[in-house]
Amino acid sequence: MDYVTLQILWLILVAVLWIGYLVLEGFDYGVAMLVPFLGKTEKEKRVMVNTIGPVWDGNEVWLLTAGGATFAAFPAWYATLFSGAYLPLFLVLVGLIIRGVSFEYRAKHPETKWRNTFDWMAAIGSFIVPLVFGVAFANFIIGLPVALATTAQNPYLMAPAAAALYVITPAPYFWQLFSPFALLGGIVLVVAFLFHGAVYLTLKTKAGELHDRVRKFASTIGLVAIVGGAAYLLWQNLVYPAQGALTKAALGVDLAPTLQLIGWIMTVVAALGLIAAWWFVGHGREGIAFISTSVAILAVAVITFSTMVPGMGFVNAAGDRTSAPLNILNGSSSPETLTLMTIVAVIFVPIVLAYSAWTYWVFRQRLGVENMPEEVALAS
Amino acid sequence: MSAETLARWQFGITTVYHFLFVPITIALSMLVAILQTLWYRSGEEKFLQLTKFYGKLFLINFAMGVVTGIVQEFQFGLNWSEYSRFVGDIFGAPLAMEALIAFFLESVFLGMWIFGWDRLPKKVHLTSIWLGASGTLISAIFILAANSWMQNPTGSDFNAENLRAQTDGLAGIVGVVLNPVNLATLPHVISGAWLTAGGVILGVAGWSLVKAVKAGSADVDTWRWATKFGAWVMIVAGVAVVITGDFQGKAVTSEQPIKMAAAEGLCKSEKAAGFSLVYFGGDCTKADTVGLITVPGVFSFLGKGDVNSEMQGLRDLTKTAYDTGYVRDEAGSTKLQKSQAGAVKEFFQKNYKADEALTELAPSIGVTFWSFRIMMLFGFIAIAIGAWALLATSKGKNPKGGSLWTAAMIAAPLLPLFANSFGWIFAEMGRQPFIVYGVLPTAAAVSPGVSALEVGLTMVLFTLIYGALAVVEVGLLLHFIKKGLPEVEEPKVLTDDDAPLSFAY
Ligand code: HDD
Ligand code: HEM
Ligand code: HEM
Repeated sequence: MDYVTLQILWLILVAVLWIGYLVLEGFDYGVAMLVPFLGKTEKEKRVMVNTIGPVWDGNEVWLLTAGGATFAAFPAWYATLFSGAYLPLFLVLVGLIIRGVSFEYRAKHPETKWRNTFDWMAAIGSFIVPLVFGVAFANFIIGLPVALATTAQNPYLMAPAAAALYVITPAPYFWQLFSPFALLGGIVLVVAFLFHGAVYLTLKTKAGELHDRVRKFASTIGLVAIVGGAAYLLWQNLVYPAQGALTKAALGVDLAPTLQLIGWIMTVVAALGLIAAWWFVGHGREGIAFISTSVAILAVAVITFSTMVPGMGFVNAAGDRTSAPLNILNGSSSPETLTLMTIVAVIFVPIVLAYSAWTYWVFRQRLGVENMPEEVALAS
Repeated sequence: MSAETLARWQFGITTVYHFLFVPITIALSMLVAILQTLWYRSGEEKFLQLTKFYGKLFLINFAMGVVTGIVQEFQFGLNWSEYSRFVGDIFGAPLAMEALIAFFLESVFLGMWIFGWDRLPKKVHLTSIWLGASGTLISAIFILAANSWMQNPTGSDFNAENLRAQTDGLAGIVGVVLNPVNLATLPHVISGAWLTAGGVILGVAGWSLVKAVKAGSADVDTWRWATKFGAWVMIVAGVAVVITGDFQGKAVTSEQPIKMAAAEGLCKSEKAAGFSLVYFGGDCTKADTVGLITVPGVFSFLGKGDVNSEMQGLRDLTKTAYDTGYVRDEAGSTKLQKSQAGAVKEFFQKNYKADEALTELAPSIGVTFWSFRIMMLFGFIAIAIGAWALLATSKGKNPKGGSLWTAAMIAAPLLPLFANSFGWIFAEMGRQPFIVYGVLPTAAAVSPGVSALEVGLTMVLFTLIYGALAVVEVGLLLHFIKKGLPEVEEPKVLTDDDAPLSFAY
């Protein structure tokens, strides 16, 4: 494969990893946020936590792989983004830490106070992460302004950095994150995950009080997701359409019209997905409802990534959206590394998908309060 | 404090903390798999009890390993953006492969194992812990290859067009894997992990055994078996740690002579250089260091395999580095180091005066000297504890307990654990002032645009969160250790949809 093809392929693969993360871990964030609110008794809470117990850690690895793949395939992107979004990323890490220990540790003590503490930690962590990511994705769409690093920022910089290392500017990039559009993005992602998680719960719980309560909640939050999602996507398509900057120079074709068309098509797909999910969950067709929320999330991710071609979300210091100083062409790894990683991905992604699917099959049973053993943490 | 110093502290704190859980995860997962295999083969209840008991300790530890590891994955970009940009081509690839090949394996199959007791047939369930445990080992292989590359950047070259390091063709990848530092580091770290997990098994079992004997409980046999098992693991792993440590010493002497000279406090070049247990005195600038309890020739042997060989001292080594930009002789340098020697020389001469070379271009003698010795000392004491435990349980005897025994059982897991930390402190601090040895100085790699305030603030918050979690985790571990062996039932695959699960969070 030639270099440009590899670079485009890897942008797509990074997007695929993000989609895997958003679709899979999206529902377990949703479930964790709902535990303190919809679980009325200790056993109901346990039912909720146990619907995601065996799978959440595997779901999270999609995020780690997305991070690792960005580092390996687009080192300059990883470097600029992660250092530039320093404080937001720190919040994400705190969220991931406090939710990550909570599932395991809640089960290790029977006391109600102990368990409620960890349930709240899981809920708060699961709220922070999509909120920050939603804001961040919206900022990629608006375009993060970058400039080359200077020795005023670090007097020890060596020559190559001054000609190739981009820094988000002006630093620290924190308050700029919270434009109205970005805030809406954060809220919409949280709402979407609440809906996705609620639908998942209806699919994984047995008929009973908990199931009915979750279903009622899903119908309400579904409406919020439809309205919020529509507002966000219309705003995005009208005000921040994909620019496809530089694609003409690099590829010989101007991709902007195609990317904008993808934006509109995916907006329709997302809207249909949310509406279908809302309708099906109301009519007890939970499997289809879950597929529908998944498709909606996928569509939004596709829109986000297609507006980032080929600039990876970065624009020049003046904020001109048609510029792409740092892009997949000058920010990627060597053809050798991309080739090696393509081979590894082609072999291992199907294997991972196969055994992950098998876990979902093994734990396909719906859970109800009668399935909860009296004693907690009986076995290892 | 500068952003660089704070970033270094932040990296050191979070990484050393992560590595308190890592060795236990790597080796205890395999040991639990072995216990479960013994149960599967023999059907004896005691093995099932031990599997579940140590399995629980393992999972409490594993949860912390996971959440602290996530921080590691993102830290390079957060605090070391020029580093990330410069090396991503080579360093990022193993990290990505680690996630794709190892983390998925361990997370998915450990989830399967935790919840699968009454969902999977016995044999499939057993396979799941083996697969999960293999994931932890594969993860170690990738990350250590990446870390070894920072110590000795083989298989790579400088790309003058986009101004960063990249693999030296597809063959470069082989060069990264066959890096002599990597070949020495991997077995050393893995055997260190087994020494630690053997210590966990022994420490808990030895303490519980004395308690069970006093109480006349039926668990005596089980704990006796586990005590001996843990002691054997420690002894075998301990011997492996020492042997592989010797390989490490040789690899470091040839690839990073400055680090090793600092660790021995060797100021001037010497034949038949000795190994001292203790040293006094300065940093070689004015006076030489004074070694005490010195065994002549041992450093020469550790470094080059010959007691009479000449070892180069810090004064000569740092002067050459300052004048040429090479951190060892040009002939032995890797391709990437050669391509960067000019830039490194310029960096040195711009930022340091010639008479500062000795202090600026060599790592701290105090830190390297002592961390090296503490690592070894802790390892030797741990092996001795293993041997004592074997003696105390030989020929049907049971240990009598007492405060010395209790202290030894507490030390059994902790000493190897801290030996690991000191080993890393030695390896990483000894690499200074470089982040990629001989290629990229640490000071040049730190993220421009990230302020000292941001780094300091997040460091304090990370430390507070980590501290709080440590209290919770130690509390849980002690709680379950005191609770002792669980009662177990033969696991059965559930067929009734309404039956209570045998395990739920
Ligand atoms: C010698 C082995 C070793 C070393 C040097 C490191 N780790 Fe580690 N890491 C492991 C061995 C390991 C492990 C044994 O595989 C862990 C411990 C707990 C776990 O889940 O897996 C792990 C967990 C773990 C996780 C969470 C995985 C999950 O969610 O399942 C991440 C993201 C990292 N590590 C990343 C890193 C990075 C970026 C390191 C470099 C500074 C690092 N680790 C050092
Ligand atoms: C591949 C992975 C690793 C990378 C990229 C890496 C990189 C770094 C960096 C950038 C620093 C800061 C500069 C410095 O002061 O040395 C550092 C320091 C350090 N690292 Fe590593 N390291 C890695 C693995 C580890 C591991 C697994 C440990 C184990 C515990 C470790 C222990 C340390 C210690 C103790 C320090 C010194 C802290 C200080 O400077 O005060 N490192 N490393
Ligand atoms: C007599 C015994 C030992 C010898 C001769 C020895 C030797 C060494 C040497 C020379 C290094 C430095 C490698 C470098 O700078 O890159 C090292 C690092 C290290 N040691 Fe040891 N060691 C011994 C015992 C132990 C013990 C008991 C443990 C832990 C249980 C341990 C764990 C480590 C670790 C984790 C590292 C850092 C990673 C690495 O670079 O390999 N060592 N050891």
